[in-house]
Amino acid sequence: MTITGRLRVRNLRWLFVVFAALLAATTLFSASPAFADVVGEDEPFRISGNVKNQGVPLEGVLIMVTGGGHDAQVRTDAAGQWRIGVPEKSTYTVTLDESTLPDGIAVVEGSNAQEVEIGPSGRITLNYFIGQGERNVTSFADQLISRLINGVNFGLMLGLAAVGISLVFGTTGLSNFAHAEMVTFGAIAALLLGTTVALPIWAAIPIAVIVSGAFGWAMDAGLWKPLRSKGLGLVQLMIVSIGLSLALRYIFQYFIGGGTLQLPGANTEKLTLFGAVSMSWIDIVSMAISVIVIIAFACWLLFTRIGKATRAVSDNASLAAASGIDVDKVVRIVWIVSAAMAGLAGVLYAYYRPGIKWDMGAQILLLVFASVTLGGLGTAFGALVGSIIVGIMVEISGLWITSDLKFVGALGILILVLLVRPQGILGRKERIG
Amino acid sequence: MDWLQILSNTASSIIGPATIGYALAAIGLAVHFGFAGLLNMGIAAYMAIGAYSYAISILTFGLPWWAGILVAMGGSVVFSLILGIPTLRLRGDYLAIVTIAAAEIVRLLFLTTTFDKYTGSADGLSGYHSSFRDANPIPPGTYGFGPWTYNETGWWVRIVGLVILALAVLIVYVSMRSPWGRVLRGIREDEDAVRALGKNVFSYKLQALVLGGVFGSLGGVVYAMPSNVNPGVYGTSLTFFVWTALLLGGAATVFGPLLGALIYWGVMTLLSNILPALVTSGILPFMSTTQAQTLRFILVGVSLMLLVIYRPQGILGNKKELTFVK
Amino acid sequence: MSSDVAPRQRVKSTGLHIGDAVPGVAKVDPILIADSVTRSFGGLKAVDVEHLEIPRNAITALIGPNGAGKTTLFNLLTGFDKPDHGTWTFEGRSLAGVPAFKVAQRGQVRTFQLTKSLGLLTVLENMKLGAKGQRGENFWAGLFPHVWRKQEDAFEVKAIELLTRFKLDTKKDDFAASLSGGQRKLLEMARALMSDPTLVMLDEPMAGVNPALTQSLLEHILDLKDQGMTVLFVEHDMHMVRHIADWVVVMAEGRVVAEGPPHVVMKDPAVVDAYLGAHQDVDLGVVTGRYAGELTGEASELASEIQGLDHSPDPAGKEQTT
Repeated sequence: MTITGRLRVRNLRWLFVVFAALLAATTLFSASPAFADVVGEDEPFRISGNVKNQGVPLEGVLIMVTGGGHDAQVRTDAAGQWRIGVPEKSTYTVTLDESTLPDGIAVVEGSNAQEVEIGPSGRITLNYFIGQGERNVTSFADQLISRLINGVNFGLMLGLAAVGISLVFGTTGLSNFAHAEMVTFGAIAALLLGTTVALPIWAAIPIAVIVSGAFGWAMDAGLWKPLRSKGLGLVQLMIVSIGLSLALRYIFQYFIGGGTLQLPGANTEKLTLFGAVSMSWIDIVSMAISVIVIIAFACWLLFTRIGKATRAVSDNASLAAASGIDVDKVVRIVWIVSAAMAGLAGVLYAYYRPGIKWDMGAQILLLVFASVTLGGLGTAFGALVGSIIVGIMVEISGLWITSDLKFVGALGILILVLLVRPQGILGRKERIG
Repeated sequence: MDWLQILSNTASSIIGPATIGYALAAIGLAVHFGFAGLLNMGIAAYMAIGAYSYAISILTFGLPWWAGILVAMGGSVVFSLILGIPTLRLRGDYLAIVTIAAAEIVRLLFLTTTFDKYTGSADGLSGYHSSFRDANPIPPGTYGFGPWTYNETGWWVRIVGLVILALAVLIVYVSMRSPWGRVLRGIREDEDAVRALGKNVFSYKLQALVLGGVFGSLGGVVYAMPSNVNPGVYGTSLTFFVWTALLLGGAATVFGPLLGALIYWGVMTLLSNILPALVTSGILPFMSTTQAQTLRFILVGVSLMLLVIYRPQGILGNKKELTFVK
Repeated sequence: MSSDVAPRQRVKSTGLHIGDAVPGVAKVDPILIADSVTRSFGGLKAVDVEHLEIPRNAITALIGPNGAGKTTLFNLLTGFDKPDHGTWTFEGRSLAGVPAFKVAQRGQVRTFQLTKSLGLLTVLENMKLGAKGQRGENFWAGLFPHVWRKQEDAFEVKAIELLTRFKLDTKKDDFAASLSGGQRKLLEMARALMSDPTLVMLDEPMAGVNPALTQSLLEHILDLKDQGMTVLFVEHDMHMVRHIADWVVVMAEGRVVAEGPPHVVMKDPAVVDAYLGAHQDVDLGVVTGRYAGELTGEASELASEIQGLDHSPDPAGKEQTT
């Protein structure tokens, strides 16, 4: 023990001040946003349009574009015009924020949110017809519920990735940055099986998960086991995992390129549940798969012999070894299980985003770390709880802060937790230092 | 394939602003990790803070270029304090995760449209060069020889960058041989031992974080000085690239970061010229030119792994003076 | 590297305390006074010291079975751990809540059970690091060698003197990592002396030391007293405690269960209990002869220890009281 506890209370207060100030700054600037009529000019494709009310240009109307993992927003200029550059030739949802229209007018023809597909010319124009009318308002409660559902879905997905990272950390002490690439690997495996091999998707996904598990086995057998025997320190191993993460990430880019690819059936109709709350079949199936797999995993960890051995190794590896548990075998199985679950998380994330990109895993790696830390490093169930909290938080925070800052809150929480309660929500204090 | 042109480009990269920027950032990281043992995985944030502070103070506040550099240094000091005061007590790998998360927060704050007026969000910033170029004492014209032939602006950027770099190396060289540096090297190995000798370990770690951070932000300034500030640059990958450069040269050495950055950019420039040339001349038929560019980064990742496994002390490091203490 | 000099018999300091030698007895001239210091880990109370005084310019040994809380108490008194509550003063000034480095600056310097010599620094650098009030340890001053060069040279002279005394001078330019375990212990002690401490706290100075070095280490500790320093040390080796300690404090289960001059305390029933408590795995029925059974090596050792205690005359040394 060192003197770690001493400054905690003071730091806590101090940290809150910083975070509060940051938050205040964010909201302050949100209130008077920048007027920019063009965003993303460097991007190859473009969506543009006009917003006019009976021939009168409307200035400062907020237009948001999402799709293919890309997010952008823009305000109309004095001529009522806006332009947004987008990176890929795919389908985007363009939304006009009706709360930024002058009072008493609304989008009268069609919805304020419209799907557009970029044509062969590489650009598309979308005009809104504005007039007197009722606004297409989504109630706060509906938004909240809809985001809550999305958050749980996202959280479960994070959970699939997080339990793996947590198990590996628990059994070997490695903070594995390459876990992100195991997520991407699963998605790419499903893509190759589903498109190149042309398997039906219900067969492609399970096989992709199995291939991911094999990938985990190969990584342990080919890299981590030899390095453990070589006696590399934890910091060294961590940096090796960073190198591996970089190498794999760019290997993926080498083969699938820098763009976004879609799994079969990624764009399906949304089912309206009630009010403005809607979900697609894919969301529903994805959530069901996550829940089933997580329950199966929990049973495995709690009731099977090997699951119990895993927990014993996480608890105290040398004690477990002394009591006759084959630690290397347990670690090997942990790598297989966590890689398989990471692969599944990748497939589900590819549907959630939607789209497969070479660095999709790296995009959520820090959220996964945040979940694991929040729940308690090295505790699998803690990681699950942490993931669901992070997932919900990321989605719900979108109600108040702009979507391009939604990860900031989760990362802030990660830092806060490490400072205040480094053992996490479910972790035991003894684990740390 | 024009071998002369390829070699010339590679030789030219040795004193390129990118190399100087990386060298400065790697020196900062050497102070953090090599000498003080702080596992800072957020060096990209320092570079981003340097570049943005420089550009914003010129574009938004109309300051002269040298004041922009001072603001960049000040910005990194503030960031070090915010980051360091609560986190420096954390164990090594925890510090790594906190710093990488903090760096990502910084990047997202620069990227968001919320502060578009100041940061240019996804477009980044450009067009802040006039004050810097007006201060150029070199008369217009082309100077130099062989691959190192640049116009007056090219030389001006390089001279300023090299002067900053020389100062940084001098400061690190002298301070690491002073009793101050001795305390720091003691802390890297065992902070409790140093604490028991009556040294304020926390204060020393914070000083090291601030010093290295200032170099990191200066690296960001030099990197962005001749061109523009592009938010896509400052992701976690940049941090990893600087780490690779640092470990290549030797983390616990004064000249290692320099050598590392030089080799890193030399090899990257060489490969970015050679590989596409090999592809177009049909020697690598299975590859497109884009893939050839991607291949370079695969090699960076692989060499980072090999370095850490087989030569953690780097090219200039002393095997006895282990780089990875705990 | 044993000492060439034959061990001198030294006079033990006596008359250190006021009143009966019971736990928490007042001292004539205490240097360190602790009051109701407690520290628990989870539900376990590792340290629960009501009152303890350490006599000035004497060698005090802190003994007790494993898990008695000796090292934890050390950590608390030196600021390396934070107590649940309690106060303690060093030379009349409160040390509660004072960080470890300030404790050291005030002249209360410690060593560690697991030696913390800095292996990647040379022996001489280790020594210089120990010196107090270095101008060059300020970052800005460090950049200008002429500011600190003179002071640094003075520290070097002092360091070499100490190293010569500890017979490490020939190793001054080696990395400390190349030293043997015993030499590292010596280096750590020598380094602590660079700061001219008032109270030297040694955590198991003999642990892991080659027996050939033991005698010279003992001499060094006795020298510290001669030079006017106060020594407090944790030790398991009873022979050593008897040999050099002027005063012994016995801890068990976090409490001070006995204190007094060494030959008195060793016979205190509370001390026997304390050590018996550490042998719970041994069948005491067998040890005391109430049941028949096989005695393990450890148990038979214990049995003879107990018999020795039974047959010893009444605690002598009570006359020293007052």
